[in-house]
Amino acid sequence: MHLLRTKMNIVICGHVDHGKSTVVGRLLADTNSLPTGKLDQVRANCERNSKPFEYAFLLDALKDEQSQGITIDAARVFFKTQSRDYIIIDAPGHIEFLKNMVTGASRAEAALLVIDAKEGVRENSKRHGYLLSMLGISQVVVLINKMDLVDYSESVYNSISSEYRAFLSQVGINPASIIPISGREGDNLVSVSQNMPWYSGTSVLTQLDSFKKEKQPVDSPFRLPVQDVYKFTANGDDRRIVAGTIESGRIQIGDEITFYPSGKTAKIATVESFNTALKSKSEAGDATGFTLDQQIYITRGELAAKTGEPKPVCSSLIRVNLFWLGRNPLVKGKDYLLKIGTSRVKIKLETVHKLLDAVNLETLESATQINRHDVADCTFRLAKQVAFDLTSDFAGTSRFVIVDDYEISGGGIVKEAIDDKNPAETGWRKNVLKWEIISENRDLKTNFDSEKGNLILISGTDHQDAINLAAEKERELLLLGEKPILISISDDLSFADTSIYQTDTTREQQVQFLSGFLPVLLNTGSTVIISASRLTDEEVKLFR
Amino acid sequence: MNQLDQLEARSVYIFREAYANFKNLCMLWSIGKDSTVLLWLARKAFFGHVPFPLVHIDTHYKIPAMIEYRNKLALEFNLNLIYGENTEALANKLTFPDGNVDRLTCCKNLKADALKNTLSGEWPRFKLNHSTGEFDLDTNREAYTGVIVGARADEEGSRSKERYFSPRNKESSWDVGDQPPEFWNQYKTDFAPGTHVRIHPLLDWTELNIWEYIEREKIPTVDLYYNQGEGKRFRSLGCWPCTHSVDSDSKNVAEIIEELKTGKFANIAERSGRAQDKEDGGGLETLRREGYM
Repeated sequence: MHLLRTKMNIVICGHVDHGKSTVVGRLLADTNSLPTGKLDQVRANCERNSKPFEYAFLLDALKDEQSQGITIDAARVFFKTQSRDYIIIDAPGHIEFLKNMVTGASRAEAALLVIDAKEGVRENSKRHGYLLSMLGISQVVVLINKMDLVDYSESVYNSISSEYRAFLSQVGINPASIIPISGREGDNLVSVSQNMPWYSGTSVLTQLDSFKKEKQPVDSPFRLPVQDVYKFTANGDDRRIVAGTIESGRIQIGDEITFYPSGKTAKIATVESFNTALKSKSEAGDATGFTLDQQIYITRGELAAKTGEPKPVCSSLIRVNLFWLGRNPLVKGKDYLLKIGTSRVKIKLETVHKLLDAVNLETLESATQINRHDVADCTFRLAKQVAFDLTSDFAGTSRFVIVDDYEISGGGIVKEAIDDKNPAETGWRKNVLKWEIISENRDLKTNFDSEKGNLILISGTDHQDAINLAAEKERELLLLGEKPILISISDDLSFADTSIYQTDTTREQQVQFLSGFLPVLLNTGSTVIISASRLTDEEVKLFR
Repeated sequence: MNQLDQLEARSVYIFREAYANFKNLCMLWSIGKDSTVLLWLARKAFFGHVPFPLVHIDTHYKIPAMIEYRNKLALEFNLNLIYGENTEALANKLTFPDGNVDRLTCCKNLKADALKNTLSGEWPRFKLNHSTGEFDLDTNREAYTGVIVGARADEEGSRSKERYFSPRNKESSWDVGDQPPEFWNQYKTDFAPGTHVRIHPLLDWTELNIWEYIEREKIPTVDLYYNQGEGKRFRSLGCWPCTHSVDSDSKNVAEIIEELKTGKFANIAERSGRAQDKEDGGGLETLRREGYM
C-alpha cells in the first residue's frame, strides 16, 4: 500500500476586492504549484500589453485555460506544502457568491478570511464570518491584506484585528491567528517577512500546516440517519439491511439500537459490507449497513441511536437559526419542505423572533418575512415529528435545509425543540408503541371480547403513512392466507374505504360506531386492521 | 479512515441519496476506468447489487476491446445494461471518421444527442438479455430523472464547476452560473417536471485516487490502459478515431500509480489524448452545456 498524502480543503472568502485572488496567485507561485512556464508567460503577457503584473492574473490565466473564460464557480486550485496537499475552493464575488461560498465552505475544513488593511472590516467580512460559524468551520485564519499600502503599520493592524476579533467572538469563532500580509509583495505568506518586525506570529503556510485534519466524532453518542432499508432479492439475497452513514459514535454486533421518532428497538445482528473482510463493528464516517435481530418496520428518515446513550430530540415545533438564499422571501402561510438528516417533512413558518442583520448584528424584532441573504431566528411547525439533535448537543444532526419550489433555498441549525402543546402530537409516540403491543402480544386477544379475531391498530401523525402501513400489513396477512378487514379513520374525510357513514360524520362518531361494531367483525375470525391518524389514549381504550 | 476510505464513504452516501430520491435512476457507463470505479462503488453502496440500469451510449467507434469488456462484466456482475445510439447519424454517415463532419459535431451527434434522447426515452433503448446474451428493444420508454455520472472535478475545467447533484433543464442544458447551493450533505433531490439531475459521486476523486482504488479493490479494468510491450498505453479511453495513447512503460496498476506520482503527467491534461477537446478550445464547456457527460 502506498503512503497517501493528506489533503485539506480550504475556502477563501472576504469582501470583494480585498485581494483574495492575489493571495491565491501568490500562494500558487511561491509554493511552485504552477504549471511550468505559467508565471513567465503571464509576466510576458503583461509586458506586451503594458500593464503591471499582478499575481491575481495568474489565477485568471489558470481559469481561462480551464474554463474558456466562463465565470468559474466554486472551482478548485491546488497547491502543496511539504506536509500536505491543499485544495483552495475559490468562490468568486459575483451575485451568486453566497450560494457558491456555502457550497465551497460545506466541503472545507479550514477558512481564510481576507480583509483589506486600507478598507478595514466591511459588510461581507462580517457576513462571511457569520456563515462560517453557522456552517461549522472552526479552523479560521484571518489575513489582513495589502499591509504594504498602509506602510506596514502596526497600529492599523491592531485596530482592525481587535475590531474583527470582537465581531468573530460574538458569532462564536475564535480565529487561530490574524496575520498581516501583502499578497502583492508576498509578506508573511510562505515565510515571515522582515517588513513587519513587530509581528511575532507565523506565516500563512505555517498556520495552515498546523491545522488539524478533522477527526471523526467516534466517541460521541451513536447517530445514524437511516438512508434506506434494502432488501435486494437478486441471487437469493435475503438480507434486510439498514443503510446509512454514521454521523457519530460507533456500533458493534449485539448493540441495541433505538430508532427515532418511532421508538422501535432491535439488536444489531450483522455488520454488512461488500468486498471487505468480515466486519463486526463500524464507526463515525463509515457509510455502513447492518441487519437486525428482529424484523421491525422502519423506513428512511428515522434517526438510529444506541439504547442507553443520550437520546436525540423528537419534535414538531423547532426554533432555529436560518440563513435564507431563496429568490423569493420565506413567508408565513406557505408550505415548505424541511430536510434534516434523511427525513423530509412539510413545514410552515410559525414565528419570526428576530431578523439578524449579519452585518452589524442588529436585530429586527417585528419582521413577518425573511428576505434573501437574511439571517433569522425563527420557529417552524412541522407536519409530523422528526428526530434530530440540538446544535448545542451535536452540530452534525442539527443541520437542515429548506426547499422552496424544488430549490434548496436556505440552511440552518436547530437551537431548540419546543414542547408541542397539541395533544394529538404528544400522544403519538405512545400510541405507536401501543400498536406494537396490541399486534405482537397475543395474550391481549382476550381484551377484545373475541375468541377468534385479532385487532391491529395503526396510528401516526400522517394519515397517509398510517394507511400505507396498514395496507402493507394487509398484504402480509393476505399472503399468509388470512382474510383481513382494513378500515381507515380520518379526521377530515369520512371512511374512504367503506360507505357506511354519512360524509359529515365526525371522528368521534366514527370511533364510537366502530368500537361498537368491532366485536361483530372480530367474531368472523378475521383480523381487523384499523388505521387512524393521531389515535388518542381514550380512543385506544374504546377499541379495547 | 484514510483518504480513500473517506472518498469511498462520500461516494457511497451520494449513491444512496440518489437511489432513495429518484424513481427513474440510471448510471452512465462509458467503460473507462472512472465509470468502472463508479460501478464498483455502486456495488459497495448496495452490498453487491446494482439496483438501477447502466446506460452506455454506443458510438460504434469505441475500441472493440471496450465493448467486449462491457458485455463480459455486465453478464458477470448481473447488470441491467442498456445502450442507446444515434441510429440516424450513423446511417447517414454524419460522423468524423466518415469525413462528413468535424470532430466536435461528431461528438455532438454520436454522444450528446444520443445521450439526450436515450435518457429522455425518445430514441429506442436496447437492453441486455441475460439468457441470450443479446440486446432486445427495451419496452420501458420512461425518462430518467436522476443520472449518475463518473465526472471528476480535476479532469478538466468545466467539470470542476459541477455540484454533487447538478440540475439540467428541459433541454438537458446546464446553467453553470446559477447552481443551487449544497449545504453540508444535503443535495438537490427535488426537481421540476421535465428536468433532470446529474449526480456525481466521483467529483472529489483524482486520477491518482482512481488508480489507487483500482489497486486496493482489485477492480478489473480493460487492458488498453496498460503498456502491452510497445511503450504506449491509453490514459483516457474514447472512440478510436479521436483517442491517442501516451508514451508509457507502465504494464500494470502499480506501475501506473508510480508513474503518476513521479509527476510525469503533471502538466499534461489527462484528456490530452482526446482530440475533440482541442477543437472545443481546450475545454468541454460547449459540449457539456449541451448535455455531454
